Amino acid sequence: MDYVATGGNVKVLAKAIHSLSRIGDELYFEHQDDGLALRTVNSSRSAFASFFLSPLFFQRFHTCPGHTFRCKMPVKSVQSVFKSLSSLEKTVEKCRIEWKPERSQLTFTLHCKHGLLKTHNLSFQDCESLQAVFDKEGCPNVLRAQPRLLVDTVLNFPPSLEEVTVSVSGDRMWLKNHVEDKTDQFKAMMTELCLSSEEFDHFSVSLQTSITFCLKELRGLLVFAESTGLPISVFFDDPGRPVVLSVSDSVLEANFVLATLSEDAHQNNNNNSKRASPPTPADDFMCDDMDSYLIAMETSEIAGASSQKEPQPSSSHGPPMPNHRVFLDSVMEEQQQERDEEEDLERPPNKKFRSLFFGSVSPTPSQVANQTTHSQDVLASDSEDEG
Amino acid sequence: MKFRSKMTDVGCLNHFTRVVNTIAKLNKTCILRLTPDNLYFVLSGKVANGGVSMWCELLQVNFFDEYQIEGVSPDANEICLEVAPDNLSRALKTAQTAKSVKIKLTKKHCPCLTIAAELPSLSSVSRVVTHDIPVEVIPRRLWHDFKEPTMPDFDVSIYLPPLKTMKNVVDRMKNLSNYLVIEANLSGEMNLKIETDLVSVTTHFKDLGNPPWGDDASQSKSQSRDLEAMAYTRVDIRKLQQFLAGQQVNPSKAMCNIVHKRIVHLILLHEDVSLQYFIPAVA
Repeated sequence: MDYVATGGNVKVLAKAIHSLSRIGDELYFEHQDDGLALRTVNSSRSAFASFFLSPLFFQRFHTCPGHTFRCKMPVKSVQSVFKSLSSLEKTVEKCRIEWKPERSQLTFTLHCKHGLLKTHNLSFQDCESLQAVFDKEGCPNVLRAQPRLLVDTVLNFPPSLEEVTVSVSGDRMWLKNHVEDKTDQFKAMMTELCLSSEEFDHFSVSLQTSITFCLKELRGLLVFAESTGLPISVFFDDPGRPVVLSVSDSVLEANFVLATLSEDAHQNNNNNSKRASPPTPADDFMCDDMDSYLIAMETSEIAGASSQKEPQPSSSHGPPMPNHRVFLDSVMEEQQQERDEEEDLERPPNKKFRSLFFGSVSPTPSQVANQTTHSQDVLASDSEDEG
Repeated sequence: MKFRSKMTDVGCLNHFTRVVNTIAKLNKTCILRLTPDNLYFVLSGKVANGGVSMWCELLQVNFFDEYQIEGVSPDANEICLEVAPDNLSRALKTAQTAKSVKIKLTKKHCPCLTIAAELPSLSSVSRVVTHDIPVEVIPRRLWHDFKEPTMPDFDVSIYLPPLKTMKNVVDRMKNLSNYLVIEANLSGEMNLKIETDLVSVTTHFKDLGNPPWGDDASQSKSQSRDLEAMAYTRVDIRKLQQFLAGQQVNPSKAMCNIVHKRIVHLILLHEDVSLQYFIPAVA
């Protein structure tokens, strides 16, 4: 196998590696006839990231037909090849990646200005195909935004913050920091931000929901998306189901699949579940009634029933967008309806099993079957990932 | 007890942010005292703070377009809160491009200072970010700890050299010693000294000038003083460094009062902000 990337694509490749390095420790290379996949998974297997580069991404994409290869190596060593992004941009003209199975090495050659050649021979290990099980098309909620919007949004949260809760309604999205421990809530600064649907390129929410996931991986993808200027799509479902962040153009596709906190965990740790619909800071900012939030603190009672925790009627989802239905078969449509009905009832005490983790590492049929036992509707693997 | 305020001017917002950043550099927590006319950031000289104390006074009209307060009671129309200035600073940092910023006292999961910023957005609807900063309401019986400190009966009062210069000197001295001797006389001379077993370093400043206090203070000690005689105090160099590190703009006046072997009293005067900082002597 022999790949050559030139010009701006070297930087794109470098950025992709840097993004992946924020998530996992090992980088999985997998060659497929229709492209090169770079993947990683974090140590707790709650986050999976993949970049898929099509043959057109490369100036040369030479393969022995019918031959696949896969290997893994520490992401740190690959990252060191592309260490300095700024100098890379100025000096590197092309990057060649060769697979040398006889030496168990991947060779990265950077062709720099003035005929300078930098060669890195990185040893690899054999591995199984790494694959997460997810289905973007089945997700009832799809948002797409310019990277700048999300970058600006994330900047409002402290860098030390690990998890963020995203809630959506028909025309708004709220983000707030998720604090695991009740006692921490009394110390930590709580930040909440509200975005109008108008700021998104695409905003279709058919399930009002509230999911909590790690910011770290989102930040990782934002670095990539911002440098390439590509819009980010977010696909998500109920809490507990993975959220998929996706970036694509004609020659590449990136998918970051992140576990979300399951509903139970959500409820235990954080009273704001999806039914306790988020407060409305926007309104509160516009029509400001002083007495509505200024409370006599001298007679301080325990903070108990604040208005935001009151359940709100939730039967207000709009009809699901037809373009998502296209991908659903009839069985799923029924399930969708069932779920919609469920929404309209009082909250069921205990919802379906929600795993914090999701399938990865070459799902055997039995594993896939296992996965599907509890959440049947969304487990078709992504088309690009057929090993 | 109610408090609500609103800022719409970018200049005021920047200025307020700078003040808060300065305070945030000095200590992890401080007291925010709100009165109908002023805001005060106060640090009382507790041992936990290394004995330093601080008094920073802001005139509310210079910063806020709206400012409403209802204190604990009509006879004590004040609110006294303990807050982490770092949180305030972080919240204000995200609000630098805001069209307006509201700061109000709210009761969420606990008493909070809520900073709500209306940010420009890509659509017609503004983006709103709110930060709830947990605060502790200081009961009235503890207020006496947070009164304005009295001017010490100093031996020498002197204008400080440019704070940036001073910072450069102190930062370097910090590498050599943990303690610094600050000394000055009434002839406009000030020295910063460190002494260790291996090295002695002194930086001399001349012609700084001595502020005329006149009848302002009953400075009996300095009246009858030999103009050349140095008064000195040995202080923890980190405390001085912290103070200098936080200064982002040169104040219109910067002064230092020294009570011989007792305390260093630093005063910075801006047009609408004054900051006093007390560093106790160490043996």
